Amino acid sequence: MKQKIVLHFPSAVVEQPFIYYLVKDFNLVVNILKAEINPRKEGRIVLEVSGDDQRYEEALEFLQANGLRVSSLRQEIIWNEERCTHCGACSVICPSGALVLQRPEMLICFDEQKCVACEHCLKACPARAMEARF
Amino acid sequence: MAVEKSYEENNARIRKGEAVVVTAEEVIPFVKEKGLKKAAELVDVVTTGTFSPMCSSGVFLNLPHPKPRMKMSKVFLNGVNAYAGLAAVDVYLGATELAEYDPANRIFPGEFNYGGGHVIEDLVAGREVRLEATAYGTDCYPRRKFEEWITLKDIGEAILFNPRNAYQNYNVAVNLSDRTLYTYMGVLKPKMGNANYSTAGQLSPLFNDPLFKTIGLGTKIFLGGGIGYVTWHGTQHNLDVPRSANGVPRRPAGTLAVTGDLKQMSSKWLRGMSFLGYGPTLQVGIGIPIPILNEEILHFCAVTDEEIYAPVVDYSEAYPQGTGEVLAEVSYAELKTGKICINGREVPSAPLSSYAKAREIATVLKKWITKGEFLLTPPAAPLPTDEPTKFKTEKTQGGGS
Ligand code: SF4
Ligand code: SF4
Repeated sequence: MKQKIVLHFPSAVVEQPFIYYLVKDFNLVVNILKAEINPRKEGRIVLEVSGDDQRYEEALEFLQANGLRVSSLRQEIIWNEERCTHCGACSVICPSGALVLQRPEMLICFDEQKCVACEHCLKACPARAMEARF
Repeated sequence: MAVEKSYEENNARIRKGEAVVVTAEEVIPFVKEKGLKKAAELVDVVTTGTFSPMCSSGVFLNLPHPKPRMKMSKVFLNGVNAYAGLAAVDVYLGATELAEYDPANRIFPGEFNYGGGHVIEDLVAGREVRLEATAYGTDCYPRRKFEEWITLKDIGEAILFNPRNAYQNYNVAVNLSDRTLYTYMGVLKPKMGNANYSTAGQLSPLFNDPLFKTIGLGTKIFLGGGIGYVTWHGTQHNLDVPRSANGVPRRPAGTLAVTGDLKQMSSKWLRGMSFLGYGPTLQVGIGIPIPILNEEILHFCAVTDEEIYAPVVDYSEAYPQGTGEVLAEVSYAELKTGKICINGREVPSAPLSSYAKAREIATVLKKWITKGEFLLTPPAAPLPTDEPTKFKTEKTQGGGS
């Protein structure tokens, strides 16, 4: 399996080395795409994880048992097609190629698989058509 | 014999549902295939379109008269100030006006999530808007304070009046400095990380009538999804610019002042925008029909992105300091590929003006005309064409196309 997920840490466990456990105890390959801690000391890490299916499931159970919430990255960044005017401004802002201007139609297309939740588009989109849901 | 047609002849065909109408995009292969003369005989109207952020936009509102009567002197709509220095309940709400509580750029870059453009969008969408007004009170207008939730239905006249729209050509913005810039041309990454442009190129109204042969005062247009008119030349209308052999200006040049009834318009074509670090504005949909009266007019309409050039301007220095320096010129064909070459370097390019929506506007207007619902108006007076309007500073000024 290979998947992009988001780990949400409550403040009580934010200082524990969960990434280390994922690698060492569950033999998963992790690639950190983004990590942040907010002023309330809650953490959020966007990860790409790959490894054995079984071990991945076990890892999820372990994380949840420790109070972490795990969500799929796909639920994180939402393209509000109704609001989008297909101006194309985001196409030079998105670093991952998730927002691409299709030619010759000149319509923007959002590929959630490629999105790394960097959030650059949220404020750069003048129509505020890109939304984050946590 | 050269083709000569009149507005009356074209309108007669439109009324009968026989007019041949094509968009400014469709006309290109049509002229190539048929030749200019034959195509000019066949085509009656070419429709154009643009859907861009246009900062110089706003709306005159005749607010509801409270009882007792009131001469409103300070007016807020959803917290956004509207200018009230007019008759008792008339105000002008500008697209770039900030909400009163907006921290602006005190936390840089400011987000400007709500401003004048958004109030206009909310009104036109039929949503409720909070009206707050105060006054000093007079014998004839004693009331001093009024607060109410209102919708567009409660408003008397609502007239969209945009003093500068439909810019004929515009800068391609780049950033030569080391820090990210937040401008009305969008986010500009350091060291020429991107190049943003803002017109629809071959579909854009004033590229199709570069010398204003048909567009003039009184030209009936698609405005914000309803019907509007060209009511004056726009502010900063400038004709003293370098042009290509096809008459197309290579710098920001002509502009239009446009007016229309907000009540007929739609929030699909009037959208509040928030430019990070710059401010709020309004994205305005405009479509202008061009009557094909002769071959020359059709020749202008057949212009392609390959033949339209825009100036590349540095927004870290040349633009803010008003030096007028142009780094390079690029064609819209190149801009639309998503990559341009500036002084030997490849730079990703992105539009701020929706080409897809411009095409949709031109298509809607085409439908209106084809169905006989929309007739062409000959201009009551031409736009200024020969005398360059007097300019105080340099030519590439402006602020939003
Ligand atoms: S910047 Fe926003 S409105 Fe423009 S194309 Fe991207 S998502 Fe759509
Ligand atoms: S969050 Fe980042 S990667 Fe995802 S679409 Fe927006 S800019 Fe692209």
